[in-house]
Amino acid sequence: MIAFAIRRLFQALGVMIVVALISFMMFRFVGDPVNQLVGVDTSPAQREALRQALGLNDPVLLQFARFVAKAAQFDFGISYQFKQPVASLIASRLPATLELSFMSALFALAVGVPMGVYTGLYRNTLLARAFLAISLIGVSLPTFLIGILLIFIVSVNLGWLPSFGRGDVVSIGGVWTTGLLTKSGLQSLVLPSITLGLFQMTLIMRLVRGEMMEVLRTDYIKFARARGLSRRAINFGHALKNTLVPVITITGLQLGSIIAFAVITETVFQWPGMGLLFLQAVQNVDIPIMAAYLLLIAFLFVVINFIVDLLYVAVDPRIRLDGAAR
Amino acid sequence: MGDTSTMIRRTKSMLAKRTRRVALVAGLAAALAGTTAAQAETLRFAFQGTLNALDPYTLNETFSLGMFGNVFEGLTKRDKDLKIIPGLAESWEQVDPLTWRFHLRQGVKFANGNDFNADDVIFSAERVRAESSDLKTRIPADSEWIKIDDYTVEVKLKSPNPILHYEWDTWYMMDKEWAEAEGAVEPVSAKDTNPGPAAFKANGTGPFKIVSHEPGVKTVFEPNEDWWGTPEHNLTQVVFTPIASDGTRVAALLAGDVDLIDPVPVQDIPRVEADPNADALTGPELRVIHLGFNQFRDELPTSDIKGKNPFHDVRVRKAFYQALDLDAIKQRVMRGLSTPVPLLIANELFEGAGDFERLPYDPEAAKQLLAEAGYPDGFTVGMDCPNDRYVNDEAICQAAVSMLARIGVKVNLNAQPKAQYFAKVLAPGGYDTDFYLLGWTPGSFDSWNVLTNLAGCRDETGKGGPFNLGGYCSEEVDALAAQIVSENDPEKRNDLIKQAYTILTDEVSHIPLHQQSLAWGKRSNVEIVQRADNQVLFYWAKVN
Repeated sequence: MIAFAIRRLFQALGVMIVVALISFMMFRFVGDPVNQLVGVDTSPAQREALRQALGLNDPVLLQFARFVAKAAQFDFGISYQFKQPVASLIASRLPATLELSFMSALFALAVGVPMGVYTGLYRNTLLARAFLAISLIGVSLPTFLIGILLIFIVSVNLGWLPSFGRGDVVSIGGVWTTGLLTKSGLQSLVLPSITLGLFQMTLIMRLVRGEMMEVLRTDYIKFARARGLSRRAINFGHALKNTLVPVITITGLQLGSIIAFAVITETVFQWPGMGLLFLQAVQNVDIPIMAAYLLLIAFLFVVINFIVDLLYVAVDPRIRLDGAAR
Repeated sequence: MGDTSTMIRRTKSMLAKRTRRVALVAGLAAALAGTTAAQAETLRFAFQGTLNALDPYTLNETFSLGMFGNVFEGLTKRDKDLKIIPGLAESWEQVDPLTWRFHLRQGVKFANGNDFNADDVIFSAERVRAESSDLKTRIPADSEWIKIDDYTVEVKLKSPNPILHYEWDTWYMMDKEWAEAEGAVEPVSAKDTNPGPAAFKANGTGPFKIVSHEPGVKTVFEPNEDWWGTPEHNLTQVVFTPIASDGTRVAALLAGDVDLIDPVPVQDIPRVEADPNADALTGPELRVIHLGFNQFRDELPTSDIKGKNPFHDVRVRKAFYQALDLDAIKQRVMRGLSTPVPLLIANELFEGAGDFERLPYDPEAAKQLLAEAGYPDGFTVGMDCPNDRYVNDEAICQAAVSMLARIGVKVNLNAQPKAQYFAKVLAPGGYDTDFYLLGWTPGSFDSWNVLTNLAGCRDETGKGGPFNLGGYCSEEVDALAAQIVSENDPEKRNDLIKQAYTILTDEVSHIPLHQQSLAWGKRSNVEIVQRADNQVLFYWAKVN
């Protein structure tokens, strides 16, 4: 088990380095950061001096080595645009993204599971078909369109909820900001969470529906019926419980992609999280932010996969034996 | 020593903890009280870009400098029509062609309570010329600044400079004592790796002060109660939020979540106008959009003509000019919101602009010219264009491509985001473009800036005319520009400028297109002055 974990850890490290290297290669094509840093009156000679000072004239591999050496000490440099350390910038934007991501996951579960159960149980009713139609929209419409549609219907036409931003936030201990404690903060969370969670919601709904239909056909459900248990006990106590294992796995895995794909939702709602920070960095060729963000996301996926791998080992002895044999 | 510092640290951290707790409680209280009460005279403003470091010498860019203009003041100011008016200098005179004397306003205080005096001017003059400043061009590097008394400053120049004070409305006065205490004597430069906290503080003499600043998220301004002038605004607070996405920005205005947005995309103007609670505010901007030809190279890499550069022939350049239907571009692409111009400078910025006219749109004549130049069947050329820098920039290029196709010229358009575009077409990219679109606003609002930056002869590194991407070169224009820079007599000077523009027009050095329009969106209850330089100045805003 420990050998397996260590081997996995080294593989994860390799993945991180490859991600960093690939992102560094890409930075050559994103444009010239210096042009975003100075005004039009700055002479070409001064621009060249600035490029030299920022180390942008060095070979890519040297820049990469420098980045890795510093990143290993959690120093991601200073943002070109904001003139602040990237690590603290990301730390200050992290709460916004995490709150949004968890609320979306919560929304996806809280709405997706009941809808899945319903459509699994009453396959041919009108409501079930309506749910399926909605899920089709959720799967096929791009996030930014859903976001803009929600803004125009709910914020502009109905005037119910704020159209952008995080509302009033409260600082907790100076390290975390939360919108969960204010009215405007909670109101601001609704639309972005729905937008971000809609795809996951439909995914969970379809998953639960499929699993329910599968489980309802099994012998132990038939037996439970034969025992005369109530429908409620059968459907929720036995059937749903057995569908939840894959649902939890998928949700856990999807959390990583919710955080990573929050970029679009954050941009549409001007949500001051990491994703918005990243997109602005791309527009302004703010290489230190881009590099740190990509590494962070890679790290997130690596950690999630690592945990899942370990869980699989714990659950499935075949993998464990395989690992020990080598 | 050690004990004392530990004690101080401990006390500080205790205080910090207590403050945090108080802040938390206050936040909760505010949440319970609801948010409606505080919004009485708050102006909520959203712009597409962000406000970053608050050092006014870090970035020479219109939006940041405009925002700083609410907090800081220069020796001069510009009024609602961009006329130069006294700012922190009450008056000034030219003692002789090389000496200017400025009389400072008395009784002015910085936000921290310090007095504004001649020492601060001398300090600011040193600081703005420092190596790390991005506003070095605001004052001549070799000028000498002398304190005559506490409220009089003399400037000695090495050569006459009639436009010395033209850009001083955005050269903001800083407090010497404050800068020294905060460790902000050196400007925060683009390459600073550890700018320190002073980079995010602002201590100016202006009508507003910044009470909180979270770069990229939110900045809050409040009126400066001790300002020396009489406020024309009725605001109690200004909240600035950057909203990068066009759709979100417009929606925020329509939903009433913000009171003022800049810019409104031209295609959304009718929708804003249609809303009973919102208005669009439009007017000509000083920026002139133009097309340029590469005249530097002997052969165009993107063209099928080998061995020579067709753009060396003035007839080809003229043919391109006459092939473009600017009225169609105005109506179709710009939705009526552009002003076609004959020169590379906005009509408002040069008195003699009225004497010039655009060459008429005439595709037949253009074809004729191409045939005379030896290209009866046209040729192929590549064009570079930004797609997120100017109003509908890519659409303008597409329109030009289809208009040029009518005279037989096949243009391969390469439209890309500004970051990639400028990396390719400016000096670091080796001016790698054969045909391009660029917009230009002269920072000094003066023609000399245009003549040198856009039409001055340059070398490969951009020395001479850094934004003359095509490398057009006329020794006559350069000679005129050299005279213009030091001619003190306004009439003679205007005449020289006119001569230079005549050469550029005759030689079709570039194709001037139009002045784009400013388009702001506001709630109907907001009154604000829209100045042609696109600075957003709260001190002329009212929320009714």
